[in-house]
Amino acid sequence: MVANSIAVQLQSVLSVSGDEGGGFHAPTISEFFPGPLLFEGTLFELSRINAIGLLMTGLLCLFFVLAFSKNNFVPRGIQNLGEMAVDFVQVQIIDEILGHKGPRYAVYLTSMFWLLLAFNITGILPLMHISVTSVIGFPFLLAIVSWVVFNFEGVRANGPGAYLKNNLFPAGVPAPIYVLVTPIEFISTFILRPVTLTVRLLANMMSGHLLLVLFFGATQYFLIESAGIMKAVAIPSFFMGFAFTLFEILVAFLQAYIFTLLTAVYIDSATSAEH
Amino acid sequence: MSQWIKFASESSAEQPSVLLPAIYDIIWGGLSFIIVLVLFSKFVMPRMREVTAERTEKIEGGLARAEKSQADASELLAQYREALDSANKEASEIRAAAQAERIAIIDEAKKAAATAAAAVTAQASSALESDRARIATELRRDLGVAATDLASRIVGESLTDDARANAVIERFVADLEKSAGR
Repeated sequence: MVANSIAVQLQSVLSVSGDEGGGFHAPTISEFFPGPLLFEGTLFELSRINAIGLLMTGLLCLFFVLAFSKNNFVPRGIQNLGEMAVDFVQVQIIDEILGHKGPRYAVYLTSMFWLLLAFNITGILPLMHISVTSVIGFPFLLAIVSWVVFNFEGVRANGPGAYLKNNLFPAGVPAPIYVLVTPIEFISTFILRPVTLTVRLLANMMSGHLLLVLFFGATQYFLIESAGIMKAVAIPSFFMGFAFTLFEILVAFLQAYIFTLLTAVYIDSATSAEH
Repeated sequence: MSQWIKFASESSAEQPSVLLPAIYDIIWGGLSFIIVLVLFSKFVMPRMREVTAERTEKIEGGLARAEKSQADASELLAQYREALDSANKEASEIRAAAQAERIAIIDEAKKAAATAAAAVTAQASSALESDRARIATELRRDLGVAATDLASRIVGESLTDDARANAVIERFVADLEKSAGR
């Protein structure tokens, strides 16, 4: 959102200053509607972004199949990577947050983390350059799945009555305050959790993409279409783009981690007896 | 947020909002998620558990084996020590017994020697005694015979004749010496 408005401002600044090459197009949200490649108008309409998602799913599966096909007692090569990949989620998220409750959710959380990372990282991969998660569909789906899982597990662990009471009527609050607390708790737990999960991931991926398009678009514009000394602006613009590419690697990883971590936290708090 | 939605829909009128999930995005994303979930639940996680369990088992088994061989070694050492101790004890007992036996043998030998010596001494002294007694008896008898002889000779010759008497005495003594030399 911020990136978008910056882009709009920059565009207006550029046109005011009289550089009227007309070749610079600030990125807009149309970046995220690439249009259909296949099956247009059906439920299975396949955009370029969907195709990238399927490709990344295939690569991810290929990686894990190769990593675990030998399953040697002493791991070598790709098996090391595969075990590190599974171990990372196990140690950093599942053991850390869920402890003894962890094994039940290991498949779900590990799959989610690695698919999210695969879908986030496409934002900086050559030829792809767009995150699958910068379109709301997938973040929304995973957030709904998280919502269903943590509510289902909360009810399973505590029973529906106790689960709702734990969440809506937290212990240790004077009775009249529930007038205030209960609606807040209801909104924050049952409505805002999936919304924030979705929007945090989506907005990060969108803004990252817009920043990269902005800087590399500007680099190309200044280098090719502007005249004289203005061509030099392409240099800082390129380095900004490069820096943000590195930054996007971090963000891709971080957002996958946060999404998975928060899901684990929600499951943990839902399945706790009191909180 | 509603402002953003408005902004987003205004900035490109022909596009839907970025906050409106398209059904096909959900379908393709869901398909990917299901594929990955199935892969992890049917393949990756079981394989990971398998190899981890195998490693745990091997490491624990190895540790148990090491502990066992350590225990065996200590037991063996204790056995050796015990055997060595008992051998030493036995040796010293044997030495002490041998010492005692040696002393006993020496004592016995000394006693036997003393007894034998005493017996020899006693025998010798009794032999001497009987010799002495026999000699004395013999001497007494010879002296008696000699005295009788002398007396008869003196009576037979003239006792006044000094020369004769002296000759008789000399003969007597010579006879005596002769009989003693016998």
